[in-house]
Amino acid sequence: MEVIWQAILASLSMLLTLDDRLMEVIVLSLKISLTALLIASLIGLPLSACLALTRFPGRKFVLVSFNALMGLPPVVVGLVVYLLLSRSGPFGVFNLLFTPTAMIIAQIVLVTPIIVSLSRESLESMRHEYQDTLRSLGAAPAQAVTVLVWDVRFTLATAHLAGFGRAISEVGAVMIVGGNIDHLTRVMTTTIALEASKGDLVVALGLGIVLVALSLAVNVLVHGLRSMGEARAAT
Amino acid sequence: MTGASPLPFHLRDIGLSRGGKQVLKGISVSFEAVPRKTVIIGPNGAGKSLLLQVCHGLVSPDSGTVEWSGDEADLSRAQSMVFQRPVLFRRSVIANVILALKIAGFARSEWRDRAEEALRRTGLSRYAATPARSLSFGEQQRLALARALAVEPKILFLDEPTASLDPAAAHLVESLIEEAAAADVRIIMTSHDLNQTRRLADEIIFMHRGRIKERAPADRFFASPENDLAQAFINGELLWWRRRSIFNGIEDENDSAICDDAAS
Amino acid sequence: MKNLGRAIGLLLCAFIGYSSHAIGGNARLASEPFITVASTSSTQNSGLFDYLLPKFKAATGISVRIVAVGTGAAIRLAEAGDADVLLVHHRPSEEKFVADGFADKRYSLMHNDFLVVGPAKDPAGIRGMTDSTAALAKIAAAAAVFVSRGDDSGTHKRERALWAAAGIDPSAYSGKWYRETGSGMGATLNTGAAMNAYTLTDRGTWLSFSNKQSLVTSVEGDPHLRNEYGILLVSQNKHPHVKTVLGQSFIDWLLSKEGAAAISGYRINGHVLFYASR
Repeated sequence: MEVIWQAILASLSMLLTLDDRLMEVIVLSLKISLTALLIASLIGLPLSACLALTRFPGRKFVLVSFNALMGLPPVVVGLVVYLLLSRSGPFGVFNLLFTPTAMIIAQIVLVTPIIVSLSRESLESMRHEYQDTLRSLGAAPAQAVTVLVWDVRFTLATAHLAGFGRAISEVGAVMIVGGNIDHLTRVMTTTIALEASKGDLVVALGLGIVLVALSLAVNVLVHGLRSMGEARAAT
Repeated sequence: MTGASPLPFHLRDIGLSRGGKQVLKGISVSFEAVPRKTVIIGPNGAGKSLLLQVCHGLVSPDSGTVEWSGDEADLSRAQSMVFQRPVLFRRSVIANVILALKIAGFARSEWRDRAEEALRRTGLSRYAATPARSLSFGEQQRLALARALAVEPKILFLDEPTASLDPAAAHLVESLIEEAAAADVRIIMTSHDLNQTRRLADEIIFMHRGRIKERAPADRFFASPENDLAQAFINGELLWWRRRSIFNGIEDENDSAICDDAAS
Repeated sequence: MKNLGRAIGLLLCAFIGYSSHAIGGNARLASEPFITVASTSSTQNSGLFDYLLPKFKAATGISVRIVAVGTGAAIRLAEAGDADVLLVHHRPSEEKFVADGFADKRYSLMHNDFLVVGPAKDPAGIRGMTDSTAALAKIAAAAAVFVSRGDDSGTHKRERALWAAAGIDPSAYSGKWYRETGSGMGATLNTGAAMNAYTLTDRGTWLSFSNKQSLVTSVEGDPHLRNEYGILLVSQNKHPHVKTVLGQSFIDWLLSKEGAAAISGYRINGHVLFYASR
């Protein structure tokens, strides 16, 4: 209990003084996770539209696979990406191991299934709802897709929040492919792990509180934007 | 957007199964290019909605053909449909109408004016910028109608358009249907409400168990229907009538062979 | 709606702008000369690198990127060519590394010692002993809880060697009084502190560890507890891309008077942690 109270105080003091090391680590965490989210979205949204709106042989298998991939353990992803990027591995020539880029790659692998599966579900249920009406209006397939994707935009926000949460909170993948190198690949979660392993529980927990607060802030921001948007319900 | 008219169109020997059960049997019917309001009536499960959907092209029949006059490409543009429960897009009221115009291929410069006109005619002008889904049910149905009429269809299908509305809203929708008919839009609708049918219909098609049992001008139909089933239906006694027939061995529960009058 | 779109657009631009700047910063970092050193978490946790590396950089302008994992993992990283230099503390493994051709030679860098820590109450009655083998035998006899790293690290391998010297196979008691965490030194000490158990630890980690709770030093001073660190340059014969020149200058600096002074000069609470080998 004492530790938790001290940790709260530590987190507040770190935030209020804008502690240099803390800021550095927060910025890197956000940079990596948001970049991964962006790329995962660019890959995942068209994929989910394909899955939701077309029928092709093996579709069911792909669908189930993406759902299962949402539960990929980060440490496993980290291992696989490490093996791929290692100098002894197929992509070693690019020298990506132990860089932020490697961490982004690992997080893309973790986040994309979430974007695909959650967006697909929203798109599919909206498609059911709109199907007859769109056909009745005579919409061509391309037009129908545009209408669906636009109308489903608010639910997509939730999918992206889920993806962001997954990325910002994981430690297994970034630890392995990033190496937790000071000033280079050390993010919030790996710092927490390091401090905990040094027995600095107060610092570790304090950082954890900051991380949760950060995640909360992002969620609040997105929900705020979403409410604003829904209130205007678009033209 | 005026193209060649899809009317007259003909259904020839249409059959349709759903879940292993034959829900439309041997339907042959033609709809002429005359200004008329046709109302399809019949008990639940008669196949009224499905017939409408086959006409509109939402559902493909298992057997038989649907023949149109006019160009295939124009067909969807020349017909509109209003469903019992309106499905509106998650946008503003006017955006819903504009979307329909856009899909129908109207020029961008015409969208705003035509949409505003459609809203004016359906009494929804002051809601133009409101989120469509925040409207009351009756208003949503009027919006669905506005959306359907804005594209200037030759045929308007309506599937129990007022079934979920209160009397005031239903009345408004009925007057809109009358207006459309007056503007030479061919109206083909289904209804559960015999009073509404009496008010609106020029012509009745009576369906029972997937077949068309009778087709007649409204006056004649209500005065003296040729078909016993139809008479029983009008009297609200259909269920009782059928039970009696089954009991007396005249009718088999599973088949209406005995009442197999030719469809019109 | 337009305002919302603009707001999002602005945020996105700001983020991309900042990212590019940050990535640009990353590129700057990457254009500085640097080497990758695979080392152990115990060395990292002691804080030695935080003390040494800035001095090295000031002297040579070379950045050192430390990847700190278990000894076994560090060796595998070096074998895969993902590190230029290997700095671990398990001589047999280091010599095998050379024998397998992954390095041309092994340099003795520094040494300190291991110690057995345990509960202040001392249920096995070993506090103050200097014979680690005998102490472990007493722990086994008392079936006192002992937490092992169980992770194939240098510390773990030494621990297994000590048990073997005492003629005991602790894995028979795994899950009972012998608890294998499969974790780094810090995590294992955390576990040991919570369980009030005996553990073998290196002095570096122990001195800088903040969560001791009721654990105290129990056994130290045994020659068998001497902990030697070796440093090796990964061979270009195996991995042509290795930064041989930069790596060698790191080794040379560490072995020089300046480096040795730095190593021995590192203190925690006035205690010397590492003794340079020259």
